[in-house]
Amino acid sequence: MKKLLLSSVVVLIGFTFIGRLSYLQLFRFSADQILDDPAIKKVYDYPERGYVYDRNGQLLVGNQAAYDVMVIPREVKPLDTLEFCQLLGIGKKTFLTKMEKARTYSPRLPSVLVPQLSKEDYATLQEKMRHFTGFYIQKRSLRYYNTHSAANVLGYISEVNEWDLQNNPYYVAGELKGRTGIEKQYEDLLRGRKGVKHIQKDRFNRDIGPYKNGKLDTLPQQGKEIHITLDKDLQEYGEKLMHGKRGGIVAIEPKSGEILAMISGPTYDPALLVGRERSKNYSKLHYDTISKPTWDRSILAQPSPGSPFKTLNALVGLQEGVIDENTQFRCYHGFYVGNTLRGCHCGGGIRDLNSGIYQSCNAYFAGVFRKIYNKYETTDEGMDVWEKHIKSFGLGNYLGSDIPTGAPGRIPDVAYYDKWYGNGRWASSTIISNSIGQGEIAATPLQLANMTAAIANRGYFYTPHIIKSVGDNGAIDPSYTEPRYTTIDRKHFEPVIEGMANVYEYGTARWVKIPGVNIAGKTGTVENYIRVDGERMQLTDHSVFVAFAPIENPQIALAVYIENGYFGSRYAGHIASLLIEKYIKGEITRTDLEKRMLEKTLEHEYAKPYSGEPFKINEREW
Amino acid sequence: MSGKGPFGRLDWISVILYALLVFIGWLNIYSTSVGETETSIFDFSTLYGKQLFFIGLALAGIIFVLFVESNFFERFASIFYVVAIVLLLGLFVFGKTIAGATSWYDLGFFNLQPSELAKVATSLALAKFLSDIQTDIRTRKHQMYALIIILLPAILILPQPDPGSSLIYFSLFFVLFREGFPLYYLGILIFAVVLFATTLMFGTVWVAIGLIIITLLIYTFKKASVKIPILPVVGAVVVAILFSLSVNFVFEKVFEQRHRDRFALWLSLEKDEDKLDEIRKTIGYNTYQSEKAIESGGFTGKGFLEGTRTKGDFVPEQHTDYIFSSVGEEWGFLGSAAVILLFSFFFLRLIYIAERQKSDFSRMYGYGVISILVFHYFINIGMVIGLLPTIGVPLPFFSYGGSGLIFFTMLLFVFLKLDSNRLKDGI
Repeated sequence: MKKLLLSSVVVLIGFTFIGRLSYLQLFRFSADQILDDPAIKKVYDYPERGYVYDRNGQLLVGNQAAYDVMVIPREVKPLDTLEFCQLLGIGKKTFLTKMEKARTYSPRLPSVLVPQLSKEDYATLQEKMRHFTGFYIQKRSLRYYNTHSAANVLGYISEVNEWDLQNNPYYVAGELKGRTGIEKQYEDLLRGRKGVKHIQKDRFNRDIGPYKNGKLDTLPQQGKEIHITLDKDLQEYGEKLMHGKRGGIVAIEPKSGEILAMISGPTYDPALLVGRERSKNYSKLHYDTISKPTWDRSILAQPSPGSPFKTLNALVGLQEGVIDENTQFRCYHGFYVGNTLRGCHCGGGIRDLNSGIYQSCNAYFAGVFRKIYNKYETTDEGMDVWEKHIKSFGLGNYLGSDIPTGAPGRIPDVAYYDKWYGNGRWASSTIISNSIGQGEIAATPLQLANMTAAIANRGYFYTPHIIKSVGDNGAIDPSYTEPRYTTIDRKHFEPVIEGMANVYEYGTARWVKIPGVNIAGKTGTVENYIRVDGERMQLTDHSVFVAFAPIENPQIALAVYIENGYFGSRYAGHIASLLIEKYIKGEITRTDLEKRMLEKTLEHEYAKPYSGEPFKINEREW
Repeated sequence: MSGKGPFGRLDWISVILYALLVFIGWLNIYSTSVGETETSIFDFSTLYGKQLFFIGLALAGIIFVLFVESNFFERFASIFYVVAIVLLLGLFVFGKTIAGATSWYDLGFFNLQPSELAKVATSLALAKFLSDIQTDIRTRKHQMYALIIILLPAILILPQPDPGSSLIYFSLFFVLFREGFPLYYLGILIFAVVLFATTLMFGTVWVAIGLIIITLLIYTFKKASVKIPILPVVGAVVVAILFSLSVNFVFEKVFEQRHRDRFALWLSLEKDEDKLDEIRKTIGYNTYQSEKAIESGGFTGKGFLEGTRTKGDFVPEQHTDYIFSSVGEEWGFLGSAAVILLFSFFFLRLIYIAERQKSDFSRMYGYGVISILVFHYFINIGMVIGLLPTIGVPLPFFSYGGSGLIFFTMLLFVFLKLDSNRLKDGI
């Protein structure tokens, strides 16, 4: 016993130690502890964010340097506070509170003392900086905009928030991320990949060299430059024309689905959301709940399309064989639904397809609409067929474009009306407003432009998109280069397009013809009701216009929607005409038209419902 | 091996194990103290360079020991002891204070720590006393003498203050137990420690209930033939409960807060996360950092010179008392378990050698050496891996430090020298 005592003690101790070691090193060990190892600090190397160019290679978005003045409170030596404050352009009191804040955050770690100095301030400060121990200047990269336009398309970047951090392990607090527009959609491409350096620290948090000699470190990957489909000049010109008006414009190149311009009014200068004034500017824009400059009307506004929608009903009628070019309806300055007369401004008389379109005759299209439904035994069947045709033009659902926000619009279906009126308690006459693009139909300007492109192409369209090429080799999502066919046969388009051409020759848009360019278009005047303090009131009609040109070889298809612009050919028609001329000819010949659009604003219309006084609507201005 | 010459019958297995431990120890000292700039390992301004120098001194010491007649140690044991005691006393007047402890003589090129020397001397003196033909350990008087030999240096070292070194002398009780000192003293000691710890963890009430239940169980399940007198057992239980009651008093009134904190951490008494955090940052900082470093090593470790916490100097005193945490971090479970096994084999080998001695003196001295080494190893690694409270003793052959390495080496090689002469002893 006594001889074995010490041996047993040695063996027992050995087992205990190995047991404890296995608990520590096998059970409690976790492989990802490098993340919370206090001895290893990650330092990031940020690549420059990718540049953005327009379709013609003009720079839209680049980068600019900004300079943050940083402080490490512990290392600050007594200084000439007054001189330093003067250099920084801040007051002594601000300086002291900021220093206190930095010290509270951490005496050892750097804090931002003054963010985003301008280049000029930086230059003067740079020389004197060595007199101020504990302070240094950190360079940062900010977005630079080579245009005052397209804020809604380009979007902006901002610091990542709690949600981003939880949902994407790539981001670290304080980093920037695309929030809207293409900055959001193409974040991964534009951002590139940051490089990581692992730095070995000691327990006083001092650097003592690279961890594992940099074996785990990565180099930053440059952000890709991208070309987008916008035409900078067209976009800028469109925004100029939108001065003082609310609404949305979308222009598409029919043969590719590329978005040439996407204008929302009112808009703002993208540079407002960069730099020291960013948050002040953002609040100002964000809290303007009346004109809503950050609400992109070109893709989010969903008005009823009005008369441009008639073209689709004509196409459905032709496809279903219920009418042909010569089918006639009589207009009694309106049409009867039961015993009520619904009005029409076309002037009355016998209407066929061509004059029905260019005179925008409500009676004609009510007749077509009824015929479509009467072809089928039940209204439900008729509705299903009609809905299928209409939706094949990209209406009533998200288009699938690469713009990160959007609205589906609305094409009502059987279920919709069954819910509204009850099963079997509605008929084509109940929903006759759909024949003229009013009623329950809603579409965004983007959808209307796309619909127009489909007509211009005589039966198909490409998913509208904003990306043109990425980096050097330029590959983009292949789904954007595949045509999407409508359910209407090609042959039915010619008579409808002829009617749309005559809109400019004899019809509602004959005052906005462009000499030398054959345009097909369709005006729309959309009745417009709002509720103010719970009271329904009618406001001046929305002005809508869709067009494409040239007819033989369409290069541009667009939709213009101007809130309270009165009838279609007024504001919308004027603007559409000017944009087409600008795009196709490169210059404007009708300077009187241009001058009118640049000068006229609709602010007085928008102020009406808020004036608190009785007002007139649909007043003639010229 | 021929029986001639100073290296003749040296136990080469022990020597190789010793050399391995010193080598591994030095590698880890190198790892904890190497900087970013490349310097020669012979650069004596660095810790690893100095340690290499100490290894050289230890080698010289080995050669010295091997050339000395082996009965020299037995003959002069008492004188060594007296010299050691005088040196310890001298510290009160001439001592140099390092890190708060007045434990060193400043010899200019070298700081001599007499408590290390005293370990060798005390082992020799105890062996000499016990092996004396007139000594009978079963008598109270001789038990008392033996205790005085052991405790005198311990008491002198305590006020330096160096409670760790002082504690080491208690390891020499193993020598006494080996030579017939009644084992129940050990039983009582272990029982007292267990009572102390359990009382702190669960409180006197539960300890008392536990004791009574265990006693009843023993009575219920004992064989009918075994008679256990009731009165002494009841008395023992009562004493144990009284002891348990006194624990709280001692803990609260006698101990200082830093002691209480150490125990709080050791026995996981503190449940409040905030306070625990506070303890981890202050008194428990070393243990916490050392445990974390070992834990981060995982199964295979981070590799030699790759320990991030070692490089970042997160574990204080890592090259001395906490050297084992560097093994844990850089060599992982494989490496640290290997070191434990190495130590265990080393000790078992030495015990085997001790048992084969014909001379009582050699055996007793051998037991003294082994007990001291095992105790250091137990307290040191136990502390580093968080099993024991913080007590500052070095890990033999591993920790940085000249006095430690040289005297551990002398301690060992005097024994190996005695062993190499064992055949002559019988004659």
